[in-house]
Amino acid sequence: MSEVKYSKEHEWIKLDGDVATIGITQHATEMLGDIVFVELPEIGSSVEKDGNAGVVESTKAASDVYTPVSGEVVENNQAIVDDPGKVNSDPENEAWFFKLKIKDKAELDSLMNKDEYDKFAKESGS
Amino acid sequence: MNIKKTSLHNLHQQHNAKFVEFAGYEMPIQYKEGIVEEHKFTRNHCGIFDVSHMGQLYIYGDDQLLEDLEKIFPIDLKNLKLNHSKYSFLMNADAGIHDDLIVTKIEGGVIIILNAACKNSDFEILQKTLGDKYKMILDDEKSLIAIQGPQSSKILEELIPGVNDLSFMSGNWFEFQGSKTFITRSGYTGEDGFEISLENSKIEQLTNNLIEKGAKLIGLGARDTLRLEAGLCLYGHELDINKTPIEANLKWAISKKRIEEKNFLGSEKILTQINEGVQNIRVGIKPEGRIIAREKTKIFNEEDNLVGEVTSGTFGPSVNGPIAMGYVNKDFSKKDTKIFLEVRGKKYPANICGLPFYKKSYVKGVN
Repeated sequence: MSEVKYSKEHEWIKLDGDVATIGITQHATEMLGDIVFVELPEIGSSVEKDGNAGVVESTKAASDVYTPVSGEVVENNQAIVDDPGKVNSDPENEAWFFKLKIKDKAELDSLMNKDEYDKFAKESGS
Repeated sequence: MNIKKTSLHNLHQQHNAKFVEFAGYEMPIQYKEGIVEEHKFTRNHCGIFDVSHMGQLYIYGDDQLLEDLEKIFPIDLKNLKLNHSKYSFLMNADAGIHDDLIVTKIEGGVIIILNAACKNSDFEILQKTLGDKYKMILDDEKSLIAIQGPQSSKILEELIPGVNDLSFMSGNWFEFQGSKTFITRSGYTGEDGFEISLENSKIEQLTNNLIEKGAKLIGLGARDTLRLEAGLCLYGHELDINKTPIEANLKWAISKKRIEEKNFLGSEKILTQINEGVQNIRVGIKPEGRIIAREKTKIFNEEDNLVGEVTSGTFGPSVNGPIAMGYVNKDFSKKDTKIFLEVRGKKYPANICGLPFYKKSYVKGVN
């Protein structure tokens, strides 16, 4: 399994063969607050790099979830739809959002590693 | 314009508040624990809300003042008992709502609590209407906090003995650290609680004492989820200048005697609407699933016709599900009517429901 990469939209992505698991970062959940609603892309649908791939809503507002790479959705995590609070408690592990069969591994190259992301998150503050 | 801060700003910072601008003030939206925890703490224990941004208007005068105020507010002020409060509205001649407010009759006049965003324009309207007959002070030397929740009376009674004897929607003068303070039993959460008006220099001490006794600071975020569960209106959302109290389903707040007298600002329109009905009316809305319909969400009937719009919508932590209020065409306002909410291009089923979403637990007094 490869290292975890991060996007500027605060998603994390972990590649296993040609299937990537994607979720939102701890930092993102801290910014959003209590998550009370999750909408995920349907299995079988195609998503494009940096395009919409779901919605999270906190008590305050709705935010789009973007996919950091293109591909076909092969799995989505119903557990967080049924219990959105899981996203706050374990965002970078149990509360993953969806899995993609990715189209082009090269799309991962532009993403950040953990150190780069931590620095980015600290500086952007959002 | 400089952003204003309340006297509790430092204390909010010490408690790791996240701030937002609200009506020209930098106010805490939430603290460390977040909206859901703050909401539940208020329902189960005791929350403290800094509402010092709201207007505290004192108008001094005798019976003539009450007479003149009755030409403005649709309440029976003359028969209101001393130190008792009424929820009311400042309206224009068409019964459009400038602001919703609480009037309390005190010795020598009235105190009116106004929304922060409206307080200066309310003052101007009232001054213009009343002329210069009465001394009017929009008091910014006093802070205002609300303490809300089932433990409020126990906690406040320990610091300010006697508050427990107040009944809902009444108040009195008390003393804290040598300063006079006006306290009412009221609030905006659906819980028992108090609103405390105290001079700016003492408010941090009182708030700290309340925290020492087990109360916690609660931000505007939870204030909004609490009031929405309680089915209470928020000015700028459920109420504005294009809506009347009858359309807002707040007829209960208008005195029957005063409707018969027909002599307050907007009374003609109110009477017409009572007799002939209104086209759109405020309702409670319960989505069937988990979908949250925010403000401005369009409402459709089963035939896919547009029949209304959401004015407030969120996730209710105590209801443990999404809730909303909005205006719908009267034909679709009956309880259990099936409607559809358009969220991000898709339509989701919901039902018209009664209010509140969460049962109130006000303390009723005998008087």
